[in-house]
Amino acid sequence: MGLTSQSTGIGALKEMLDIQLNSPDDIIVALAGNPNTGKSTVFNSLTGLNQHTGNWTGKTVTTAQGYYKYKNKNFVLVDLPGTYSLLSNSVEEEIARDFICFAKPHATVVVADATCVERNLNLVLQILEITDKVVLCVNLMDEARRKKIHVDLNKLSKILGIPVVGTSARSGEGLKDLMEAVYNVSQNQIKTKPIKIRYNDSIESTIVSIENAIKGLIDDRINSRWISLKLMDEDKSILDSIDKYLGLNLTKEAGDIYRSAINNSEMDKYRFSNLRDQIVTNIVKLAENISQQVIHIENKNYNRLDKKIDDILTSKLFGIPVMIALLGLVFWITIVGANFPSEALANLLFGIEDKLTELFMAYNLPSWLHGVLVLGVYRTLAWVVSVMLPPMAIFFPLFTLLEDLGYLPRVAFNLDNFFKKACAHGKQALTMCMGFGCNAAGVIGCRIIDSPRERLIATITNNFVPCNGRFPTLIAITTIFIAGAAKGALQTIIAALTITGIIVLGVLMTLLVSKILSKTILKGLPSSFALELPPYRKPQIGRIIVRSIFDRTIFVLSRAVMVAAPAGLVIWSMANIHIGVGSLLDYGASFLNPFARLLGMDGYILMAFILGLPANEIVMPIIIMSYMASGVMIELESIEALRNLLISNGWTWLTAINVMLFSLMHFPCGTTLLTIRKETKSWKWTFISFLVPTITGIVITFTVTQTVRLLRLI
Amino acid sequence: MKENIIPLSLIPCGKSAKVKAITAEGTLRRRMLDLGLVIDTIVKSLRKSPSGDPTAYEIRGAVIALRSEEASKIMVEPL
Ligand SMILES: Nc1nc2c(ncn2[C@@H]2O[C@H](COP(=O)(O)OP(=O)(O)OP(=O)(O)O)[C@@H](O)[C@H]2O)c(=O)[nH]1
Ligand SMILES: [Mg+2]
Repeated sequence: MGLTSQSTGIGALKEMLDIQLNSPDDIIVALAGNPNTGKSTVFNSLTGLNQHTGNWTGKTVTTAQGYYKYKNKNFVLVDLPGTYSLLSNSVEEEIARDFICFAKPHATVVVADATCVERNLNLVLQILEITDKVVLCVNLMDEARRKKIHVDLNKLSKILGIPVVGTSARSGEGLKDLMEAVYNVSQNQIKTKPIKIRYNDSIESTIVSIENAIKGLIDDRINSRWISLKLMDEDKSILDSIDKYLGLNLTKEAGDIYRSAINNSEMDKYRFSNLRDQIVTNIVKLAENISQQVIHIENKNYNRLDKKIDDILTSKLFGIPVMIALLGLVFWITIVGANFPSEALANLLFGIEDKLTELFMAYNLPSWLHGVLVLGVYRTLAWVVSVMLPPMAIFFPLFTLLEDLGYLPRVAFNLDNFFKKACAHGKQALTMCMGFGCNAAGVIGCRIIDSPRERLIATITNNFVPCNGRFPTLIAITTIFIAGAAKGALQTIIAALTITGIIVLGVLMTLLVSKILSKTILKGLPSSFALELPPYRKPQIGRIIVRSIFDRTIFVLSRAVMVAAPAGLVIWSMANIHIGVGSLLDYGASFLNPFARLLGMDGYILMAFILGLPANEIVMPIIIMSYMASGVMIELESIEALRNLLISNGWTWLTAINVMLFSLMHFPCGTTLLTIRKETKSWKWTFISFLVPTITGIVITFTVTQTVRLLRLI
Repeated sequence: MKENIIPLSLIPCGKSAKVKAITAEGTLRRRMLDLGLVIDTIVKSLRKSPSGDPTAYEIRGAVIALRSEEASKIMVEPL
């Protein structure tokens, strides 16, 4: 070829996708495939990394890369977003297509679903048009066996002319064979002879003439037959990419090349007016044909169980009630389960605090140092850990379980009509669910929505579902305050109901605000919606627990700790540096107090929300610390003590409700705002995303407070 | 024959139909083709969402939910 990667622009592509090679000999392997076929699972098993997986379409929206070693060679594996095709020009498809086409991976692994081979072959055939160096990985073999679907892998390999490996990525079955096949293909140990898709004669002869015209231009850098077909199809996006990565000017010249080619073979353009349909039909029909030869379904009713489950989970009568009940159940389990460990952790950690204090006394250390380190940093940390860790360690695995089963797409299916009425996209239900984990992740997830208008709506409203940084606040307040009034088993049930109610309110607000946005600053009609409802898959309980604790819980907790430690220091200082009669915190709080009172809260609470901008986790600790610093010194060993602290600072049930409402509806945390800025590339939309939930929260708490006061309910 | 062609959105749950034409244009058309909705493909209407829309269809072994607006752009012959 004689061209350096720089001059061909391939360097640029690798840079764009941030591919880091440890050495120039590294072998690059792309992982492509339909959504939800297990690409990320294969990726994780081979590289030992932890990409997000789950049973719904479109989890991986960015590319990820990892490394593995096989037979003394270093392999760089690139996890591409899942796509059904490479023809319809969505962002994910362009990323996948450009990578396969221009980054020239040494091998491309197409991961296919053994239970749905026909549809998956569609993409396989399209990729084979671009490159020869392909290995087909037929994944989910265990699911196929369970459903008694037989896939004749040998025959499939013969027909396609490439190595075909059957795997069950989750249990690791077949991965060694996969690595071997990838090794062979990338090292040219096996010469593949991919099946060629034949089009009708007039298309074929035009392809030949165009191919001759452009061969000189593109050398062997990419498959000229494929490019010719794209030229005929006038696929602007691919022409742009060719120009960008190969340094050509085909976009301008395409018309000329095409015209002259057509003249040569005396073809008029009219004949190809439905070229795209013809291309797709050819591919789909070939896939159908191949699938009939290699698939044998023993039991035609293999998905009867799935259908039965769906009959309940998406039924007219039970669909939505079951959804809400499931949500409530998850919270109930979380609250009940977290109760005891939270107390135990608190006892332990605050016990250590006493020991630390004794230590400070013993060494006669200055009391300000004790204040900053023990009462400031340590106490905040202890609170964050004891209150956040247990609920997260229970909530995340439960949520991941629902995700792995395949329940989330059913939620989107159930709720879609409401989103449609709000002129929003049905997949917003999915990004909303991701927000439960972390709003920043939810905002990134909005990439699965193609229409820019609907993506913005989903981004702006994502904050209306509480992330795990806010759950602890909600759970703590409900258990301490609302449920605390009740006794026994009723306590946890009331707590779970309250939180479920808050979430339902969050969803309603999401819909309402989406609707308002669609009628005002983001006018427009809902765009199309096609959502795959994947088959239910058996979740791996053990793995879910390990994974969600290590990936999510530890991650979130360490972020909280990292923010909480310095925040504890700052807050303690603010509460203890006195100017004149009051501390800095007092000044801030008394400044905010009149406004906060209107919203049924107080200055310290509002201040805590503002200071909690870096991370929502620290809002409660700040409130508590402020109260404690302002005189009422008590030990915080029990929930009861916390309750007394709040009451002695003037909290009523109205305060508790307002704090929860405001926690649900206020500005996104710093990380989320930065993510929004990154995703929308606009400060304006970032600012709007800041304003919309904040104003909503102010309006709602104000209305609630004034109504309650007017009606003299308190 | 001709009068037998109706939009997919009118196919009742549990019934199947054969695709005869796609009237959608642009991106939506391409999306539909990608799902394998070419002429003569058999599609089965499975169930409606609790609020009546969208509807889940079985298309080439996969279950895909389409809003009524989309389904009305797929012309089919009931089987
Ligand atoms: N039973 C079984 N389940 C699997 C297997 N491989 C993956 N899964 C499950 O299938 C689901 C989808 O897997 P992912 O790895 O997230 O799929 P993906 O292809 O990366 O999906 P996108 O990123 O959305 O395109 C997850 O719930 C996995 O746990 C397998 O071999 N057997
Ligand atoms: Mg993935």
